[in-house]
Amino acid sequence: MSGKVSRRRLLTTGIGALVGVGGVRLATTLLDRHGLIPANCRGVYGLSETLTYAGQRLLTRLPSMAREFDRSQISTVIPVNGPAPKTDAYRQLLAGGFADWRLKIDGMVDRPRSFSLAELKALPSRHQITHQACEEGWSFIAEWTGVPLADVLRHVGIRREAKFAFFFTIDEWWDSIDMDDAFHPQTLLAYAMNGPDMPIDHGAPLRLKVPRQLGYKNLKYLNRITITDSAQGIGDGLGSGSPSAGYSWYAGI
Amino acid sequence: MSEISTAPASTATGSTAHPLFVRVTHWTSAGAFAILLLSGIAILLAHPRLYWGETGAVGGPSLIDLPLPFVLDIPIRGPGRYLHFLAAWICVLTGVAYVVAGIVSGHFAQRFVPRRGELTARAVGDVVRGHFQPAYVRGTLPGNYNVLQRLTYSVVVFALLPLMICSGLAMSPAVTSVVPVVVTVFGGQQSARTIHFFVACALTLFVLLHIVLVWQSGFTPQMRAMILGRARRSGSPIETEAA
Repeated sequence: MSGKVSRRRLLTTGIGALVGVGGVRLATTLLDRHGLIPANCRGVYGLSETLTYAGQRLLTRLPSMAREFDRSQISTVIPVNGPAPKTDAYRQLLAGGFADWRLKIDGMVDRPRSFSLAELKALPSRHQITHQACEEGWSFIAEWTGVPLADVLRHVGIRREAKFAFFFTIDEWWDSIDMDDAFHPQTLLAYAMNGPDMPIDHGAPLRLKVPRQLGYKNLKYLNRITITDSAQGIGDGLGSGSPSAGYSWYAGI
Repeated sequence: MSEISTAPASTATGSTAHPLFVRVTHWTSAGAFAILLLSGIAILLAHPRLYWGETGAVGGPSLIDLPLPFVLDIPIRGPGRYLHFLAAWICVLTGVAYVVAGIVSGHFAQRFVPRRGELTARAVGDVVRGHFQPAYVRGTLPGNYNVLQRLTYSVVVFALLPLMICSGLAMSPAVTSVVPVVVTVFGGQQSARTIHFFVACALTLFVLLHIVLVWQSGFTPQMRAMILGRARRSGSPIETEAA
């Protein structure tokens, strides 16, 4: 009798495990097909990271525009987080008014090329007064001027299989965003903040503005964009330098 | 009061003080709350300053400077953030299951809504005074809630926890890009952060008082009731009608 019971238990456990594994497989395939799996989907926090990312990406399929503010709401106190690059190369670029600086765009694009600052400024620009919050807790409102990243990406022609836009900086930091944020109208390659130029401490000559994510995704001192279909093979494969330090790849929080 | 019979426990040998769904969600959310509190402190310590309105930063005016150090060098915030969102998901999913089960089973209607005549000033006053008398507290039975418990649990479940979720979501720029009202209702992103802090304090105070009262009313029977569902061992000579 006990042999029968244990066999039945073995069978049900086996079927249960198969259904479980199959369910996870199916869920993963479905989530992946709809672009709902974040770059850092593995590990202990993979489940909650995926729930947050998938939940917010489903939500942001509705009309989704970061709040914009009145000029009177621009903050008087704007903290500087992280110093400007201290390299000679950066000092030379700065001394030359960034005339020798280039933004290189490569990867899964039809026409890889470089843009000078003047070329970027010649493209149609967008102004926006948005809120930026640091994950530490402080925040500020500023006016940003730049060229929508979407326009630049259309210029170089993004291949269908592209999933991530990776950004690299003069001070050798890196991060990435998905195509949803890359093509969002408020995602800017910003060359000015609260005035005609980008202050050195805030990322001159060019910084990324992703107002639907926290401050740490808004990389300063950009010099290269690479379009990929995977987060693997770049750094530790988590899509950004941030996740290994405990900061989520997706920072829409 | 009639019992919600979920298990054969409510027979002659013992009555169900707490239904199974209450026991499971109680301990799940208790664990998640502990993690949320600790990780929340780890996040707060990066910037223990509170503001009102949309923005705030060092160098500008604050609402409150908490008497806590700025901890930026010790790497507690990164893991704290991951843990906070993991525990938040556990708490929210558990909470949704609890509220659905509570409505469907009639748990809230029977145990949360004050009974007839309980809401008069005199009746409430008696119960409040009772909480300062050890004998009264010792006489309370698991699952048999007095009016103060009914009101407190209702406020925690239907006001403080939803407020905690909303003020948390108000800090998400992606969520507010679709539902801006979730942040404007608080008066700004920093106001939402400040409210998130104070509601967390209120919930912590609730948990501390809850533990003190559980202790005073009889730790073992209360724990037994919240783990096994029954206040007394089945078949024990003194059978207590718990619910």
